[in-house]
Amino acid sequence: MNRIEELFKHKSDRVLNVYFTAGYPQLDDTTAIMEQLEVSGADLIEVGIPFSDPIADGPTIQDSNGVALDNGMTLKLLLEQLKGVREKVSIPIILMGYINPIVQYGIEQFCKDCQEIGVDGLILPDLPMFEYIEVHKPLFDKHGLLNIFLITPQTSESRIRDIDENSSGFIYMVSSASTTGAKAQVSGDQEAYFARIKAMDLKNPTLIGFGISNKETFDKASANANGAIIGSAFIKAISKEGNLNDNIDEFVKSVIS
Amino acid sequence: MKVKVDERGYYGNFGGAYIPEMLYPNIEELRDNYERIMAEPDFQEQFQSLLKDFVGRPTPLYKAERLSEKYGAKIYLKREDLCHTGAHKVNNTIGQILMAQRLGKKKIIAETGAGQHGVATATVCALMGVECIVYMGAVDIERQKPNVERMRILGAEVRAAESGSKTLKDATNEAMRHWINNPTDTHYIIGSVVGPHPYPEMVARFQSVISEEIKKQLQEQEGQTNPDYVIACVGGGSNAAGAFYHYYDDEDVQLVAVEAAGKGNHTGESAATTVLGKPGVLHGSRTLLMQTEDGQVVEPYSISAGLDYPGIGPVHAHLYETGRAKFYSVTDEEAMKSGIQLSRLEGIIPAIETAHAFAALNQMSFKPEDIVVINLSGRGDKDLETYIKWGKY
Repeated sequence: MNRIEELFKHKSDRVLNVYFTAGYPQLDDTTAIMEQLEVSGADLIEVGIPFSDPIADGPTIQDSNGVALDNGMTLKLLLEQLKGVREKVSIPIILMGYINPIVQYGIEQFCKDCQEIGVDGLILPDLPMFEYIEVHKPLFDKHGLLNIFLITPQTSESRIRDIDENSSGFIYMVSSASTTGAKAQVSGDQEAYFARIKAMDLKNPTLIGFGISNKETFDKASANANGAIIGSAFIKAISKEGNLNDNIDEFVKSVIS
Repeated sequence: MKVKVDERGYYGNFGGAYIPEMLYPNIEELRDNYERIMAEPDFQEQFQSLLKDFVGRPTPLYKAERLSEKYGAKIYLKREDLCHTGAHKVNNTIGQILMAQRLGKKKIIAETGAGQHGVATATVCALMGVECIVYMGAVDIERQKPNVERMRILGAEVRAAESGSKTLKDATNEAMRHWINNPTDTHYIIGSVVGPHPYPEMVARFQSVISEEIKKQLQEQEGQTNPDYVIACVGGGSNAAGAFYHYYDDEDVQLVAVEAAGKGNHTGESAATTVLGKPGVLHGSRTLLMQTEDGQVVEPYSISAGLDYPGIGPVHAHLYETGRAKFYSVTDEEAMKSGIQLSRLEGIIPAIETAHAFAALNQMSFKPEDIVVINLSGRGDKDLETYIKWGKY
């Protein structure tokens, strides 16, 4: 069974998915960050494939993409770095990336490499749903890759049903109309959105992302979904001076404590 | 060959809507409504009336006698430079502001490179009393100061895009991010035939008034609707799409698109997407794209700020791939010389973007009876500083 599905079978509450950009802060930090995330208590790891034009991302993740590219990160290099990561990391691994670098690499080869590495899922925010269903789904299925879709407060009920039907793993609930790293707002609208999704009784688990940055927002998200995704706040935490592993450990523990 | 967008927004292999879910409701709303709204008599009446009385349409189709003599063909200029605000860009912004109003949107955002689209957007927002924010790369703000001030005089807020390379593609990224953050009350007026479906087709239709008029005017002047050649410069490709639109399926007309070769296509400083690009995905559509082997978008270069976009509208990628249009590329130097030449021969100082279209004449050969229409997409007032800096006149 896919590790993401396995995870949600055994844990349905306070699931923590941590995002970081591959190649940041240093080119070779990728697997070290992943190992430490598992040790510190993250449940899933989302590795960002850097892109020159990340339109869904706010300033923090944009900057980390820019630094990673300047450091020399490429998709090819990332997939090389990840070879053998399964000897040390056992929690689910998701690759997140804009579609263009993957198209240039070759989607079929990418899927093969992901399977060999032991990647469990993909988040491709600018891949249209129909193209996934008609073109890529058979390939993803063949290589054991779950495709994770996003929903937002503006997503219509019928489309959420569609997404739920065509998703596996979990649904990525974007907390508010924003790019990544925006300040979490606790508004009546957001409460209503969370309640509306809960009432839909989706077949997939949900994780809330965008604006989740600390224990307080993680707790709140967990009260409304199966857990949460943290990206920008984690990038900031590993940008600080000091030992990388200590920074990761301190951050993750402060969130899940 | 029929050039037509399909239901999902593809022209052959190019187009589509590669957007994050956050933008889906906005794009869906536009996709589901734009054709219906454009077909409404009330919309058409207001659109046509503003094109006539505010923009100054129809723009003349002018027989350039001295240029014709020089190149040995009958050369006509479609005078989009005489549009209000100095270029064809306003045809689209008029259409889109009327669209935005009918969609109930209260605020407008736009991206701009050289500032022409920004000015055209600020203009229609002033006309309608609508709040307007224009994103412009920090680098472009520095090199296009007069247009920045024009936008401010018109009441728009100009926001600097400080991310990435701080030019047009980053201004587009920032505008899209703004839209993600403000999805319900804001309409994004994209300035070219780029972006996710339905933008490329919608913008082309608003610009198609250009070829609609050419057909009528040529009928009056030459007794035939179709010329042998239609020539236009291409950055994203909105003026070319407008000039080609009603000729797409008329294969007796050779469509000619002219890209900016900057300092030369193999100098690393060019913007000739069909020469240097490969299929890829940027700003919501699959198109030809200048990029690294790893799929990172490459910053293009041209002396003309309106042509240095790393992609090209998906319809143009399709016209290129199918051979329906012939593509030329023209260096900075060639374009500048042609700009001066047009000034001297016809008394018209063209925008430097437009000067590229004229430079292609040097790479073509004509028969004396050939009828050639060049889309004179913009005037050169905004480029005075570049002309002065270049200095060879």
